[in-house]
Amino acid sequence: MSTIARGLPVAALCGLIASPALAEGPGKIDTGDTAWMIVATAFVLLMSLPGLALFYAGMVRKKNVLATTAQTLATTGLVTVLWVIVGYSLTFSGGGDLIGDFGRFLMGGLTVGSIHPNAKTIPESVFAFYQMTFAIITPALVLGAVADRMKFSAMLWFMGLWLLLVYVPMAHWVWGGGFLQSDGVLDFAGGIVVHINAGIAGLVAAIVLGPRRNYGHDNMAPYNLVLAVIGVSLLWVGWMGFNGGSALAADGRAGMAMLVTHIAAATAALAWMCAEWLTMGKPSVLGIISGAVAGLGSITPASGYVGVGPALLIGLVAGVACFYASTAMKKRLGYDDSLDVFGVHGVGGIIGTLGAGVFAASMIAGPEVKGLWFDGNGKQVLTQLKGIVVCLVWSGIVTWVVLMGIKATIGLRVTNEQEIEGLDLHLHGERVE
Amino acid sequence: MKLITAIIKPFKIDEVRDALTGIGVMGLTVSEVKGYGRQKGQTEIYRGAEYVISFLPKVKIEVVVSDTEVERVVEAIKKAAHTGKIGDGKIFVWPCEQAIRIRTGEAGTDAL
Repeated sequence: MSTIARGLPVAALCGLIASPALAEGPGKIDTGDTAWMIVATAFVLLMSLPGLALFYAGMVRKKNVLATTAQTLATTGLVTVLWVIVGYSLTFSGGGDLIGDFGRFLMGGLTVGSIHPNAKTIPESVFAFYQMTFAIITPALVLGAVADRMKFSAMLWFMGLWLLLVYVPMAHWVWGGGFLQSDGVLDFAGGIVVHINAGIAGLVAAIVLGPRRNYGHDNMAPYNLVLAVIGVSLLWVGWMGFNGGSALAADGRAGMAMLVTHIAAATAALAWMCAEWLTMGKPSVLGIISGAVAGLGSITPASGYVGVGPALLIGLVAGVACFYASTAMKKRLGYDDSLDVFGVHGVGGIIGTLGAGVFAASMIAGPEVKGLWFDGNGKQVLTQLKGIVVCLVWSGIVTWVVLMGIKATIGLRVTNEQEIEGLDLHLHGERVE
Repeated sequence: MKLITAIIKPFKIDEVRDALTGIGVMGLTVSEVKGYGRQKGQTEIYRGAEYVISFLPKVKIEVVVSDTEVERVVEAIKKAAHTGKIGDGKIFVWPCEQAIRIRTGEAGTDAL
């Protein structure tokens, strides 16, 4: 990968500097790919705003609805600015094993005509924006684990530091030319970078902050699940851009990625629903939408590599396993992951990342991709496992360090009074009626 | 005259109203209340988290009747609100000193 500024006119660049990227040719804009990626980028942004904002807001109690919405909104703003300043550069500029460089500081060199070597048929503006939408939703996902009890200022510090110290390195390692990409880890749209990453960070955050006041005694049932259903519906549709766009092209692989994404979501929704029905007596609405998200998160790393059969299987396993992780397992271990970020995204991401190793097929993803089941390459499963472990360890430890730092300085939690009376009124001076 | 106060399950209110109308009770007052009796609320589980329902929703009926009507009214409420399961509620009978219809100034059982 090139470390030079890629915004210079390509023709001038070719004449001046020789670099590995240029040796592969400068790339040529394809209008079909570009059209799809522009749409896909908007779809992924739709997943955060209003998808995730509504999904999370609909699952908290009435007194915290606006505070929860504010978390996603403010995170979108903060991550966007940080991504422009250094995030994009550290992730996608320079091919270092551990981190990128500052070559694209402030997105320097990004012009109407520039092309990034990772996506040679679309404008760099679209590539950089597409990647930005992933950087937005991942930290915002983490906040579900600490809903109802985190200070707004602490939340902002956490999001900024987490983006730069956890998300950016992980994305670089898997997608930006880092060591996990060199190892051949398969993560099509972010099973590791997005879902395991956010899931383990959510678990650590839930433990560091401690449970909500009166957790296990008070009724913490959602105020308005219709909001959450609308949110998940937007996530579900937006995920077509999330996974379907990760081919960075409008082609058969993108179409296959979309198809398996929908199949896994539907299967997991059904699986969670049935598992809950059988064990708890009622198929809850919260359960059905949680199952859908579990299926979507699980198929994310495997989409683009697998066909419809594995999608059904991954959806089935994700629905049942994430249900168990979000209910019985959570209860047994005693942590309060408010909106089940770990149970749904962490566990789902692990299932899908392993599933990618097992079911990745060269007939779908091209000759360089070989999985266990169809191509007999068992080593791929171990490679996937390495990616999972690296993410769990890095994200888990750095999240813990960041949160302990914030705890020691400005503090993490709101006061008891603020928590009892609600964050909407105390943190934002507003409330829903 | 007696004031009859009954705490019943909310879904039984229509049956109780029909029963009372059927025996000639001319009016009653209803309010939504919360409380607990011997069952002391319940522990429920939602999404892996236990919670205690300390106060269960109930409906409170208040109706004033003449002394001769008390037994029939109590019987009607008892029958209509009965499910046989825990939490069916209670009926209380109180002495009522006076009743006055505000519009006409009528007093006593004439005001009922």
